[in-house]
Amino acid sequence: MNVSAHHKLFAMVMSLGLIAGCSSTGETTEDGAYGSDVSAVDQEGGSTVYGGDDDGGVSSSEMSEEQRREAEARAARAEEAAMREITTFYFDFDTSEIKADARDVLVAHARFLQANPGQNVRIEGHADERGTKEYNLALGERRANAIERFLIVNGASRGQTETISYGEEKPAVMGSSESAWAQNRRVELVFQ
Amino acid sequence: MGNQMTNRSTTGITRIGLAAAWFLMLVVMTAGNPANAELLIRITEGADSAIPVAVVPFSESGQIPSGDKVSNIVRDDLTMSGEFKPLPPEKMLSLPSKGDEVYFRDWRLLGQRYVLVGQLTRTGDKIEARYELFDVNREERILGATASSSVNSTRSLAHHISDKVYEAITGVPGAFSTKLAYVTLQRSGGEPMYRLQVSDVDGKRARVRLESDEPILSPAWSPDGKRLAYVSFETGKPAIYIHELSSGNRTRVADFRGLNSAPAWSPDGRSLLLTLSKDGNAEVYKMDIQSRSLKRLTNHWSIDTEPTWDHTGKGFFFTSDRSGGPQIYHKSSEDAEPRRITFGSRYNARPRPDDDGKYVYYVHQRDQAFHIARTNLQTEEETILTRTGSDESPSVSPNGRMLIYATKQSGDSVLTVIAADGGAAYSLPASEGDVREPAWSPIVK
Repeated sequence: MNVSAHHKLFAMVMSLGLIAGCSSTGETTEDGAYGSDVSAVDQEGGSTVYGGDDDGGVSSSEMSEEQRREAEARAARAEEAAMREITTFYFDFDTSEIKADARDVLVAHARFLQANPGQNVRIEGHADERGTKEYNLALGERRANAIERFLIVNGASRGQTETISYGEEKPAVMGSSESAWAQNRRVELVFQ
Repeated sequence: MGNQMTNRSTTGITRIGLAAAWFLMLVVMTAGNPANAELLIRITEGADSAIPVAVVPFSESGQIPSGDKVSNIVRDDLTMSGEFKPLPPEKMLSLPSKGDEVYFRDWRLLGQRYVLVGQLTRTGDKIEARYELFDVNREERILGATASSSVNSTRSLAHHISDKVYEAITGVPGAFSTKLAYVTLQRSGGEPMYRLQVSDVDGKRARVRLESDEPILSPAWSPDGKRLAYVSFETGKPAIYIHELSSGNRTRVADFRGLNSAPAWSPDGRSLLLTLSKDGNAEVYKMDIQSRSLKRLTNHWSIDTEPTWDHTGKGFFFTSDRSGGPQIYHKSSEDAEPRRITFGSRYNARPRPDDDGKYVYYVHQRDQAFHIARTNLQTEEETILTRTGSDESPSVSPNGRMLIYATKQSGDSVLTVIAADGGAAYSLPASEGDVREPAWSPIVK
């Protein structure tokens, strides 16, 4: 179980890396403000963080059953913590559908909220610059609502969440390239 | 149906292509204190098919303030409309200031259709203009009037004369005395600064009305031209404000959970259409401004937003993605079933009807580009009006003859004015940052 979770996490980090990588294949000259495309994504929520306790998964025959279970639990916690480093979720143009690779991370966030009832989260929805500003405000809200619903279904309570849409007003990346647009169509979780 | 629309739209593009050799004016916001930012007009290309008109420099008696001459402002106004081609003063053979000094033969020789002459007289703190407009072919005076303003408001005097001249020739009231509201965005050191500004239609006399480091959106004029409604995020979340321009007094009228956006005034000025999501998702509501009571006008799980009353004041247009992507819908009354208006492409949004119910203008996506298009509501014919590709926020002039919208020029958002049928164009770029969300004021009597 541990192994498969590790695999999932690895696959997820890789796929987010791919998103970040996309921008380096596109016309990214407008994005000059950022040193590299990875850091652009990184700033928005740390999608490329490989943290976590790598040694936690090691088991040894000398370990007692209790120790083994504790180690496993610790590894699971570390993994979830690592997943929770990811707080930005991306969307396709004019959609609010949560991508498959975001689901495990969102479940980790939902469990964390469930375990920490005093913790609140602000869910900020954004759109890229294309289309009209008012429609994009509504679209950003629909994206934030989709993430909020997902968190609540998976354990967060309604009182912990708050949504806001900025529409196209607060781009993560300046510029009018496909890669800038892809990085701007997003929802960000801000824990408070 | 969809195919038919596509063909018609293509015809529209061709028509614009033919009209392309008109003229271009560039207006540049001077650097320096943005609160006093001025827009400078540069005419880079003249119009060939526009009506030739001679605006003769007005004679002056008494101490007339230096600065922009009234006759120059009138000339610029008429040029801006795209419908006139004023004669440069240095080409004039004589400089009459009264009717009995006008020799029609001279002006005929210069190919002019109309001649405007005038005199400015200062009395105390007032400046009076006496002006006369002549039809050269018919050798007839078609307008003779006086108007006055305070010494410091000669621009208003000039725009007034432009309005009268425009109306005398075209039969349609001029819109040169109206105002523009728009939002500028500057990012200095990454920190955004939004400014809601109001200027003359030629971009002059711009004044900042609201400044915020959070977004300001969707300015909308009250029908009496005295107030603006808009969306401001100044408290950290979107709320709708009504701002009285003369006093600067502001009232927050909508601050519900979720979206508070897209305000639009009713023709009687008593209510606002707005978009709220307090009941779950974006829906259109009507708010009585006095009592703040709300009536919900749409009810659908999809996004319903960008409402605007139609010319009857009974029905309204709005954007909805109930068909899968954003399209324009119309309800002929508050309780009628919505009727879909646009079919020409997958993305049509932010409707703005003209005042006589003939056309609705909107943002139209085609081949990955966003244009301004309009649909004739009688024939359902759709025409794409702009050749630029990131076009937003159309606003029709109150006389229906011009259209202002926001577009991109080398990465920055600028305002562009075109004839409402897609002809001539001039643009108003800011020297730094963006100018966006223009709203053309009504004609205030």
